[in-house]
Amino acid sequence: MKLDFSSVWQYWPFLYHGALLTLKITLICTVLGFILGTLLSLLKLTKCKPLVWIANFYTSIFRGTPLLVQLCIIHFGIPQLIGITFTTTQSGILTFSLNSAAYVSEILRGGIVGVDKGQYEASMSLGVGYKDMMKDIIFPQAIRSILPGLVNEGISLLKESSILSYIGAVELLRAADQITVLTFRFFEPYLVIALIYYVMVMILTLFANRLERWLNRSDRVS
Amino acid sequence: MIEFHKVYKNFGKLEVLKGIDLNIEKGQVVTLIGPSGSGKSTILRCMNLLERPTSGTVIIDGQDITKPKVDIQDVRKNIGMVFQHFNLFPHKTVMENMTYAPIKVNKLSKADAETKALELLKRVGLVEKTDVYPGKLSGGQKQRIAIARALAMEPQIMLFDEPTSALDPEMVKEVLKVIQDLSHTGITMVLVTHEMGFAREVSDRICFIDDGQILEDASPDEFFQHPKTERAQAFLEKVL
Repeated sequence: MKLDFSSVWQYWPFLYHGALLTLKITLICTVLGFILGTLLSLLKLTKCKPLVWIANFYTSIFRGTPLLVQLCIIHFGIPQLIGITFTTTQSGILTFSLNSAAYVSEILRGGIVGVDKGQYEASMSLGVGYKDMMKDIIFPQAIRSILPGLVNEGISLLKESSILSYIGAVELLRAADQITVLTFRFFEPYLVIALIYYVMVMILTLFANRLERWLNRSDRVS
Repeated sequence: MIEFHKVYKNFGKLEVLKGIDLNIEKGQVVTLIGPSGSGKSTILRCMNLLERPTSGTVIIDGQDITKPKVDIQDVRKNIGMVFQHFNLFPHKTVMENMTYAPIKVNKLSKADAETKALELLKRVGLVEKTDVYPGKLSGGQKQRIAIARALAMEPQIMLFDEPTSALDPEMVKEVLKVIQDLSHTGITMVLVTHEMGFAREVSDRICFIDDGQILEDASPDEFFQHPKTERAQAFLEKVL
């Protein structure tokens, strides 16, 4: 057995562009998923039953079906239905954002519901209004339990983006596929992208740990 | 100052308050006593609408607060509440706990709110804890801060919901001392407590609650020496 990484390095621009697309999609979908997920979680926290049902139904659809199936429906199915075609990147962003929103909304809802009831009562008894209470008292406490969940969601987005290769988007995995075709070598390209994924995830985790420590600064004194 | 007229409260099928009539004058210190589950805390929580009565009216300072159009925030800022579990904001320092609502709700300037807070912290003997987070305080200290935080809103009424029940025995005294000092200031106070000795000492009136009803309403001496109902007698025998 002989490993030959030089054939991979020869095609490093493939990997470079693939990694860029992976990062781009992850970043955009994390942001869009967070915004959409926040809106969804607000619906879930209202007292209006129909809104809660709609939000819960949305969540159950995206959690109850495989991501790859959702991607196929959006990329191949929707164009047939309404005649608009999406580029692979557009389909990817759309699918991952909608999917991520479902998970993010649950993470946020869980975090907010998890804040001690006494915090609501103390705020209310001091005459603090609902908006200020959520913004200044409840959310800053919820974020501590929310953050680890959000980081996990970001990490899984980053990794799951590899399924975009299925519809032909040239992200990291597809870039490696192309190298295998050109070099007839399989182990080296896939090993290299595995390493690239791993490094990206580690950087994300490191950053999240820093943030978490900062958020928990009020605990540290005790 | 506080009037209840035929107040009923149900939690689902469970009837917790069964027609409470109560009239508390300005400046009075009234203690609600009774077995757990009798509805004492619910009565207290109806006074600032943390619980909304199922029926009946609650009148605070002449205003019927159970009417739908009432600005409940406006009512609540005049009624301080102290909880069994303190409920300090864990992500804010003691000073921030003290000044948050006065700045946000009463629109005080930061400087004014801090001056006021320092004055109150001095009163509860914790002026050195200004920049500490609640996590670093003992239970007794937390509760004294919680009392000071409620007072920072300059309320006309103070409600105490079992303020010493979650405390280690050696910390009960320091909290009771603060409450007792407060009872001499002429503020209207309603307490729910299991500290019978303290209730007797500090109250103008005792209401004995059992099974969602006020069974006795008397002066402390009268209640503790000559309880009229059998249920009050049985209760006192167990706790004294």
